[in-house]
Amino acid sequence: MDHNVPTGDRSLAVADEMSSRQMKALTNNAAQFGFTLFDYFSPYQGISHVIGPELGLTIPGITLTCGDSHTSTHGALGALALGIGSSEGEHVFATQSLWLKKPREMAVTLRGRLPHGVTSKDVILSVIRRIGTGGAIGHVVEFGGEATSNFSVEERLTITNMAIEGGARTAIISPDEKVYEYIRGSRFAPSGEDWGEALEQWRSLPSDPGADYDSRADFNLSDLEPQVSWGTNPAMTAGVTESIPSPSEAPSKEDALSLERALKYMGLAPGTRITDIPLDTVFIGSCTNARLSDLTEAARVVKGNRVSRGVRALVVPGSQLVKKNAEALGLDRIFIEAGFEWRNSGCSMCIGMNEDKLSPGERCASTSNRNFENRQGPGGRTHLVSPIMAAAAALHGRFVDTRDVELVNPEELAPGGLNA
Amino acid sequence: MPEPLREVIGKVCPLEADDVDTDQIFPAQFLKVIERRGLERYLFYGLRHDEKGNVHGRFVLDRAAFRGARILVAGKNFGIGSSRENAVWALADFGIRCVIASSFGDIFYNNASKNGLLCVRLPNQKVIDLRERAASADLTLSVDLASQTISDGKTTLAFEVEPYIKERLLKGMDDVAFTLENYEAEISEYERRIPRFVIPGNPSSP
Repeated sequence: MDHNVPTGDRSLAVADEMSSRQMKALTNNAAQFGFTLFDYFSPYQGISHVIGPELGLTIPGITLTCGDSHTSTHGALGALALGIGSSEGEHVFATQSLWLKKPREMAVTLRGRLPHGVTSKDVILSVIRRIGTGGAIGHVVEFGGEATSNFSVEERLTITNMAIEGGARTAIISPDEKVYEYIRGSRFAPSGEDWGEALEQWRSLPSDPGADYDSRADFNLSDLEPQVSWGTNPAMTAGVTESIPSPSEAPSKEDALSLERALKYMGLAPGTRITDIPLDTVFIGSCTNARLSDLTEAARVVKGNRVSRGVRALVVPGSQLVKKNAEALGLDRIFIEAGFEWRNSGCSMCIGMNEDKLSPGERCASTSNRNFENRQGPGGRTHLVSPIMAAAAALHGRFVDTRDVELVNPEELAPGGLNA
Repeated sequence: MPEPLREVIGKVCPLEADDVDTDQIFPAQFLKVIERRGLERYLFYGLRHDEKGNVHGRFVLDRAAFRGARILVAGKNFGIGSSRENAVWALADFGIRCVIASSFGDIFYNNASKNGLLCVRLPNQKVIDLRERAASADLTLSVDLASQTISDGKTTLAFEVEPYIKERLLKGMDDVAFTLENYEAEISEYERRIPRFVIPGNPSSP
């Protein structure tokens, strides 16, 4: 239960009749067929792509399906994770199998070290910007290289999450010790004797050095700028020091038409600097960027500051467990004191099918994954950014170069919190 | 179970746009509808309706010249984004039986094949040519799946389609029945060999 749930007070009845009906249908189906359901009131409720990894349900080497395109997320743990439609879902339930054309393989190698203030969200946005929305159609993208190894598991989850925006069938990263440590001890993780057996199998999974791929793309991250999407698909993205491109410079008539339409929808003029775009809404949440480390990074920007006048800012944890852990660290107080709303878990403003949405013409800095027309609500305008860019944008009412933003030390974030 | 699909003969509607995502085809606010039928009213909702929710008639599928079209010719990357099968159901409910584009989102392409909607990939320039012809004068095409050809009565174009998708569409196959009839023993055998640690359900103490 994630897409359609309200993120307000859980003691109140669900006001939207259609959501309520859909939630009841799922509850009844789960009871009838004997499935575990992390329902609206469960302490483990959350976005499927957040709770799978955090509960130890997503493990290396398994084939995992979900009726949602962002299922590629789970590939960060070395699972073959496929987003599927309803008919395919029915087939999985009935047969425990799926018909699949063997996908091609694309190796994306990430090298170098990210500058201060630049994150794995900026990495995946820049990858999509270069390969395009259809660049990886028909492929499983395997992310590798020393920069991928250096990322934490949660940073990797952001990268595999958005591979679908480059058209990928799914994404995968060879599992390593960081992954095993992330899973170990979580609620459904293998335990006892099973743990040793699992580890042995998982350590046999990583791709061989010199493995063959159908295509390759290499990225050096050392000079990467913070990225901000300006258009109506995730490939329409620019560095924070750049400006909105002009349709007159587009390579083809079709590209010029797409660009014109995107700028009209977004209410932006060619040549406008990214840092001059004013914002009225900030959304920190979604299966891309609502894990504990994402909220911690945002809090490092926010602590001791105030949300800019006229900006509505929301923080929506990716799961109730993330929410609980963040509250134990005192992150909720940092956000609330700065003027953010601190909400219960759900897909929230990433997708306009619950109460959290943009009104026509509203402009949002969002840590989510899609800036499609009407995605965050009819007429809403979305700019995809990292959690620290979203946090900084909330404080300034516009985008700023996060390489210049001071981040509070994690140790000083929450005196008296769990880590104190 | 879908109806067998051998050929689609019908009027062509041009949709001059690349990157038509499934949020455009079937907006998220209608995903809470749990029925599978009657979804045509939500098709391209944001593009077809004014602020008051009335059909304004300016969207290409609503123009008199293209009423009753059965074939949609789009651009690059049709059906990218969300996995919502509602996008396919809504197109089918509207009467579209075939979409021609230079590339498709993978999940949309698979979903279409389960619902008797034929997706045809052609080189980008051929797609643009067809679109321009349909925009300037009435164009009726015959898309024949068995011979993998598109014809306007004078000239013929060939297209590629995956054999397994072709077979399923031609026969209107029920995938679940097909799998269980032919592979149930293999699936059970595989399940017997799965290590115990893979099966969740032994939660560690909370």
